[in-house]
Amino acid sequence: MVAKQTPDMANHIEVRGLRYLRGRRVIFDGVDLDIPRGRITAVMGPSGSGKTTLLKLISGQLRPAAGSIRVDGQEVVRMDRQALYRLRRSMGMLFQSGALLTDLDVFDNVAYPVREHANLPEPMVRSLVLMKLEAVGLRGARELMSSELSGGMARRVALARAIALDPSIVLYDEPFTGQDPISMGILMRLIQSLNRTLNLTSLLVSHDIKEACRIAHYGYVIADGQVIGQGSPEELRHSTEPRLEQFLRGEPDGPVQFHYPAAEYAEDLLGPIDD
Amino acid sequence: MIEALVRLGAGSLGATATTGRAGMFLWRLLAQLPASVRRPGGVVRQLYNLGVLSLIIILVSGLFVGMVLGLQGYNTLVDFGAEGSLGTLVGLSLVRELGPVMSALLFAGRAGSALTAEIGLMKATEQLSALEMMAVDPFPRVLAPRWLAGFIAMPLLAVVFSAVGILGGYLVGVELLGVDAGSYWTNLRTSVDFYDDLLNGVIKSVVFGAVVCWVALFQGYDCVPTAEGVGRATTRTVVMASLGVLGFDFLLTALMYGEVG
Ligand SMILES: Nc1ncnc2c1ncn2[C@@H]1O[C@H](COP(=O)(O)OP(=O)(O)OP(=O)(O)O)[C@@H](O)[C@H]1O
Ligand SMILES: [Mg+2]
Repeated sequence: MVAKQTPDMANHIEVRGLRYLRGRRVIFDGVDLDIPRGRITAVMGPSGSGKTTLLKLISGQLRPAAGSIRVDGQEVVRMDRQALYRLRRSMGMLFQSGALLTDLDVFDNVAYPVREHANLPEPMVRSLVLMKLEAVGLRGARELMSSELSGGMARRVALARAIALDPSIVLYDEPFTGQDPISMGILMRLIQSLNRTLNLTSLLVSHDIKEACRIAHYGYVIADGQVIGQGSPEELRHSTEPRLEQFLRGEPDGPVQFHYPAAEYAEDLLGPIDD
Repeated sequence: MIEALVRLGAGSLGATATTGRAGMFLWRLLAQLPASVRRPGGVVRQLYNLGVLSLIIILVSGLFVGMVLGLQGYNTLVDFGAEGSLGTLVGLSLVRELGPVMSALLFAGRAGSALTAEIGLMKATEQLSALEMMAVDPFPRVLAPRWLAGFIAMPLLAVVFSAVGILGGYLVGVELLGVDAGSYWTNLRTSVDFYDDLLNGVIKSVVFGAVVCWVALFQGYDCVPTAEGVGRATTRTVVMASLGVLGFDFLLTALMYGEVG
């Protein structure tokens, strides 16, 4: 906890030479990322490119094969369980699936981290939780069980839970999927205002480039285990990198493979051709 | 030939790795037991889930096993004119062996599989990851209370099983087949020793409860986090926990009654 107070450090999260494998499949190979403090950074990439994996690496749920991941100047890769738990108290994560605790209702789900870590009297827990639920527009749903929520609602509750302890970093895994235009707008404004008022560092991963570019200050595009482009949303839009162009325009044909690596289609259908 | 060797090697490597993880898992459970004792609320809720919800199957099975014992015992003993000793036979069989073992096997099927499914689903739906991300260790909060509840519930269930079984033996032997009620109870009371039989039976079932719940929790925690993975883990729990119970039963019986013969 000695090197913690370095608030002028520009990069809240620094990833260097990240390499990660799933079995024999290379998910990341030499990825470098800088996530500046107090800004919204988007990491975009096609489905299956490893966006969720990246968030799990940054939060220390997975360990890379090589490379360094520094959060607040501290090396996550070498942290033991205690240090990781300490780090995660200042880190909120919105899971792609929501990941609410199914035996608790909405209120208790949001209250869970508060009751665990902040020693507050119950009336204060109550007002805190209601504030967070109000922010995501679900104050009225507090008594529903998490199994009674729609996918989009569950993720908004999960967001309320992720920000319950006012973390300094929030990792958003696909925050916009499953939201109707109105709640999408609310979420975008919420992410932006959290970022502004609390000086929060936001890292959001998404395959939805249009939405992500609307609120991000800076974006990275990953594909094939590498960063294929980075810059402000404006720069990304005007990039001439062919892989980037294809991804941004959503074209099916181009240098980025839409298909998971596979044998030749004809060969797969007809069996190997002996000669 | 080489291929079979390779597969054997890979298989035993995998098994060794799993054993290692199971051992680590047990170690972390043990380390977190005090923490879950300090929060009795969670343990009480699990006692209900594991114990009370298993009660029906234990009661019904205990009654039938006792009735069968009464019938079989009577048929054998009556040839020697020793049907008066029916109480001894029913009592000792139940308290020493059938009570702890049968209830543990039923417990593995009823509560063990439910535990694995519950923990496996928590893993598959990322609830365990979410706890980890909230800096909450799932061992003291989720796993250790269930384990503790398991080996509190198990001996109680075994005692209930034996008691109902003795009643079943009474119903068949005395009420149906006409064994003298006085000799049934007297023989039972004089032959079943508190320390040698009752206490040893309880010790057995504490061990069984710990084994069943350890296997069940580990299988859930270690499962492949998909619907199919959870299903497989549940099956594995029932098989491995049952084998574990029988294995430990032999071990404990040899230790407890070995010299008596
Ligand atoms: N538990 C796992 N075991 C093996 N491979 C995995 C596992 N989880 C993910 N993968 C592989 O890692 C790759 C990256 O997965 P990841 O979930 O990070 O993708 P993603 O970019 O988040 O995709 P999406 O946009 O669909 O959420 C995928 O190709 C997947 O096949
Ligand atoms: Mg994902």
